[in-house]
Amino acid sequence: MKYLTEFRDGEIARRIAREIHQTATRPWKIMEVCGGQTHSILRNGIDQMLPPGVEMIHGPGCPVCVTPLELIDRALAIAAQPGVIFCSFGDMLRVPGTEGDLFQVKGRGGDVRVVYSPLDAVEIAAKNPERQVVFFGVGFETTAPANAMSVHLAKRRGLRNFSLLVSHVLVPPAIEAILQAPENKVQGFLAAGHVCSVMGYWEYPPLAEKYGIPIVVTGFEPLDLLDGIRRAVKQLEEGRHEVENAYERVVSFEGNRAAQKLLAEVFEVTDRTWRGIGVIPKSGWRLNDAYREFDAEERFHLSGIRTEESPLCHSGAVLRGAIRPAECPAFGKECTPRHPLGATMVSSEGACAAYYNYGRFLSAEQLASAGRGLSGAAHG
Amino acid sequence: MVDRVGAPEFANWSCPLPLKDYPTIVMGHGGGGKLGNELVEHLFLPAFRNPELENLGDAAVLDAGSGRLAMSTDSFVVQPLFFPGGSIGALAVNGTVNDLAVTGAVPKFLSASFILEEGFALRQLAAVVQAMAAAAAAAGVRIVTGDTKVVERGHGDGCYINTAGVGVLRPGIQVGPQRARPGDAVLVSGTVGDHGMAIMSVREGLEFESQIRSDCAALNGMIGDVLDAAGDAVHAMRDPTRGGLASTLNEIAQASGVGVEMDEGSLPVRAEVQSACELLGLDPVYVANEGKAVFFVAAEAANRVLEVLRAHPLGREAASIGRVTEQHPRMLVARTAMGANRVIPTQIGEQLPRIC
Repeated sequence: MKYLTEFRDGEIARRIAREIHQTATRPWKIMEVCGGQTHSILRNGIDQMLPPGVEMIHGPGCPVCVTPLELIDRALAIAAQPGVIFCSFGDMLRVPGTEGDLFQVKGRGGDVRVVYSPLDAVEIAAKNPERQVVFFGVGFETTAPANAMSVHLAKRRGLRNFSLLVSHVLVPPAIEAILQAPENKVQGFLAAGHVCSVMGYWEYPPLAEKYGIPIVVTGFEPLDLLDGIRRAVKQLEEGRHEVENAYERVVSFEGNRAAQKLLAEVFEVTDRTWRGIGVIPKSGWRLNDAYREFDAEERFHLSGIRTEESPLCHSGAVLRGAIRPAECPAFGKECTPRHPLGATMVSSEGACAAYYNYGRFLSAEQLASAGRGLSGAAHG
Repeated sequence: MVDRVGAPEFANWSCPLPLKDYPTIVMGHGGGGKLGNELVEHLFLPAFRNPELENLGDAAVLDAGSGRLAMSTDSFVVQPLFFPGGSIGALAVNGTVNDLAVTGAVPKFLSASFILEEGFALRQLAAVVQAMAAAAAAAGVRIVTGDTKVVERGHGDGCYINTAGVGVLRPGIQVGPQRARPGDAVLVSGTVGDHGMAIMSVREGLEFESQIRSDCAALNGMIGDVLDAAGDAVHAMRDPTRGGLASTLNEIAQASGVGVEMDEGSLPVRAEVQSACELLGLDPVYVANEGKAVFFVAAEAANRVLEVLRAHPLGREAASIGRVTEQHPRMLVARTAMGANRVIPTQIGEQLPRIC
């Protein structure tokens, strides 16, 4: 498959891994920001190919995971209202709110629909003028252009029954928040390739300069990730802190100008609460005054929502990279993908779910026996 | 959607005249009166005709010969009713036939129960019934008894079908999910994920252009060939339907208390299925199949079984995809193309398409 198989070549992967082994002379902690990258690292076993000292720390870049509980509760309340068609991407349906999830709202008779694009929700609004159609617009800069386009089209078509429950979050402020935290251990970043395909990477040189850290724009296939790690390790070993683009086939410095223009037309920067992390100033987007009427929070006046996080769940520390999923006391015990206490266990991109699903709850000995001496082969 | 994939015209049906008075299902069709009889007489009987059914008794009387019986039942609620490569009718026959076949039985007789929604087009029902008749003929089974109920409009999804099936176990057969042993080779009879992605490609709200066709087929012939050739060397068989290959391999690993190792690179997956899965954030190992079988066979018989599979029209793309090991008992571990390992767990519910 063009553009896929050539980035999954085991032989080349082992060659890059060897190069990383030769380059690394001491331990380094590198954070991959995006949940899609976490997923790919664990799915392909990239972490098993790295030298023991080079540690990948899993960042907060899973939109499902960082969407605040309060917003999930708002979504549940809106979806339960008669006359509402509540549209969402699939993996938001199982995210636990304070009381239940969207699946349960659907089971009780709520009209909850999985769509693949917010533009599908706009079509549903056009076909159902007597119903209120709400799209749950979460995500990073990656999903923002399509969400912006949905309200742009709804406004142009005069669809008064469409609205967006929006909680967009932004990567650069999150990177900065991680670097400013006193407990920070991260020495280099793999920037999220698909975010950069929209935004470019002009936002990163000031961060690299200010904090003295290398940032490598990185893709999602095994070879992309290994190349990104290789470049980050090389910079760290040489004492450099530059912004590099290891995902040139998709990302340009400027990014997608048309998308950025649309985003500026529809959204404005706002403070956002990140689930498990807290408020990060200027770390999100909301609809601006010109599009406020399409904001579901304006259209549905909700009161009496009381949110309550599970006291057992340490997903905040996981999202900050302060602990590994298996270090949470609830991991694999009270909290499993079947009964998730926090969003990091729900989403396939969540670090906890990825660890659980790919068997990273096994001890090193168990994994080694599963590998039949394979780590040696991978490193060899 | 039905028209697009070529459901036959009702006018072509063998004896349509009396049914034409009612172009759609009405409550009376399930009332046990004249309308219901007309359905039997003009639709079900001509399609399924066989001596057992023709008695039209309260129960079919069967001569199953000697030997132990296997019995299975399954209900079918797929939407859309017609999809590239199959239909709810073909699924309803093949699904039950395959459950019997992987148990080591020769499928013989099926029942067919329809739950129809008021307003369902008779033309569509005729097409469903015709598909069932064709599938039963292809599988060499007879539909010997049935039932029809009608629910009010809005209380069903057009047409639900339940089939139950009876088969005769092959003499001396010793297969079962608990019989896989360390050293066994794991074989799959062809590409995985075709059925689930074919359904996805035509599901409302997600139509995408593709050439992907469901693999819906009766496997009893192919499985018979394998058992004739390899007999006792076949330890376990399953058809990886809902939950896909991953769920089936996990079930057998757990039932047998062994570990299963899968070489990810050797898994047969069509390029278009792989592409569609990548786009939607799905993993083909979790996507449903309706015409594939997995075999756990003694290592020394693996090549012979592969040859037999590849000689059968339904097994041309059969492949050896892994082996049974004493390590990591009750777990499925895949070796990635990178040479690393990952555990493939059983899926909790449906795969959820990812945000990005």
